[in-house]
Amino acid sequence: MSRSDSYYGQPVIKEPTWTWEIPMYFFTGGLAGASAGLAWLSELRGDDELARRAWASALGGLAISPLFLISDLGKPSRFFNMLRVFKVTSPMSVGSWILSGSGLATGVAAANAWTGMFPRTSRVARPAAAVLGLPLSTYTAALLTNTAVPVWHEARGSLAFFFASGAASSAGAAAVALTPPKYAAAARRLAIGGAVSEAVTNEVMRRGLGMHAEVYKAGPSHVFDNISRACVASGAALIAARGRQSRAAAIAGGALLGAGALAARWSVYKAGFGSAADPKYVVAPQRERIERGESRGATRRDAKVSAPRRDLATPATSDGR
Amino acid sequence: MSHETLAWPDSYGDKAKPRMGFFTDTTVCIGCKACEVACKEWNQVPMEIEGFSGKSYDNSGDLHANRWRHVKFIEEARPQNVLHVDSEGLATYQEGDGLRWLMASDVCKHCTDAACLDVCPTGALFRTEFGTVVVQEDVCNGCGYCVPACPFGVLSKREDDGRVWKCTLCYDRLKDDKEPACAQACPTNSIQYGQLDDLRERAEHRLARMRAAGQDEARLYLADDDDGVGGAGAFFLLLDEPEVYGLPPDPVDARRDLPKVWTAAAAAAVTLGAGLVAAVFGGRE
Repeated sequence: MSRSDSYYGQPVIKEPTWTWEIPMYFFTGGLAGASAGLAWLSELRGDDELARRAWASALGGLAISPLFLISDLGKPSRFFNMLRVFKVTSPMSVGSWILSGSGLATGVAAANAWTGMFPRTSRVARPAAAVLGLPLSTYTAALLTNTAVPVWHEARGSLAFFFASGAASSAGAAAVALTPPKYAAAARRLAIGGAVSEAVTNEVMRRGLGMHAEVYKAGPSHVFDNISRACVASGAALIAARGRQSRAAAIAGGALLGAGALAARWSVYKAGFGSAADPKYVVAPQRERIERGESRGATRRDAKVSAPRRDLATPATSDGR
Repeated sequence: MSHETLAWPDSYGDKAKPRMGFFTDTTVCIGCKACEVACKEWNQVPMEIEGFSGKSYDNSGDLHANRWRHVKFIEEARPQNVLHVDSEGLATYQEGDGLRWLMASDVCKHCTDAACLDVCPTGALFRTEFGTVVVQEDVCNGCGYCVPACPFGVLSKREDDGRVWKCTLCYDRLKDDKEPACAQACPTNSIQYGQLDDLRERAEHRLARMRAAGQDEARLYLADDDDGVGGAGAFFLLLDEPEVYGLPPDPVDARRDLPKVWTAAAAAAVTLGAGLVAAVFGGRE
């Protein structure tokens, strides 16, 4: 971008200060959320072998998720300040409550599935965990799109579907890997359906991004995207071809699919950094909005007074110095 | 000329004060950086040595946790319509050799619709009785959400401390009826502090006078309630497009798209639920 369109090429907005724990959490939160849904529905259908294992993945994801989030905080000891308020304008606030509720419900449900403890409480906890798992898988997209980072904000209609697809494929993948193949039919369908949906929603998101899609074609975001596509395609193919017959193939396919979903979160996460670092992604679309007449912008050249008063038009402080 | 538009009376009731702000008139900024120094001194903002940047006289970079006022220098070999400097100081930037030299002291905008405040999950960021936006350092847990939410890139985390810091518009001084440190230190009154209504009136007259004197590039930035952040408590008189000063030309509080954001998240959650049902119950076995 030319020199006069920016201040020495410096960024206009700040890059996030988040660290590696955040994309890891996007993965573990989605895995846990969709696993809870898979677990409860499998129970309803009578697939107890699958259900128990899906509850285990849900609990595993929910046990590690808060650790990632707390570790990322500048003041980890103040984690509970997240629960001082509930603000619908802050997806992180809403998400903290969803995560807390999910964690409690899933803990009770998983304990019941494996040990039979909490028989009464778990009747409420199991559906609650399954239902809370759905927004747990998608609010993280709201968290990213509700920022000033162009590549995230411009994906506000599509990113949630990409994340939901990743949650489905990773929950399916974990269940495929953990469950003996003869009980894992539903998990295989979820894994393969999620993988197909991941590929489709990724493409839909790119097409809606316009110039911002460039960010996904460069640097770490591009590398993670390539890893993700390769892992998702090979994992899904392996599960589809051999997952029913071979436990080894199921484990390998599940691991590949999971790695693919994780790399996809990293790709999205890293894209935000590239988007924030280059002022052209911030300035050019705003300038175009003004030129197309969709916005008047934040500047005004015409004064609201025609005959300026000299005493007011001379720089002075409020005390008249 | 007192208008007394109260700041957020719905929140503060009879404790609401008139909304206070900054009018930064960049046409008379001389780049002395007294504002940067006064801010650091008063607020005890940690030292941060950037070294030689090669960007004119700007050796301090940008606004962040350890710099709440930042003076920008735009020095370009480019012909400029330099106004005659009359005895009342219409313009003070340098003339000679076709050089254009703009200086501007940047600061937190204290937006009417403040994205940082909207997204803060702990309530650490709040709206004061003066209408300013302040971080409570005893509440902030360093989640960092406000950092990418701000459309102006004002907020960042202090590395050794973990919390987010920014201009408070000298909240402590305001409570004592004192002017913020930067405005008090400014030798040319480029930084003017006062009731926002008064400052806006003053700015209109200043703009009209600049235009009448032939300075066609003069413009107000963030001086109106109908922009993407609902106007700002700290607004500016600029001599070129905002992006030349590293400012966004059409900043928008992300909250304006929040209904779409939540609708998408909810729709995706429902779709995921349907997908799970299909996977579990949709089999042939």
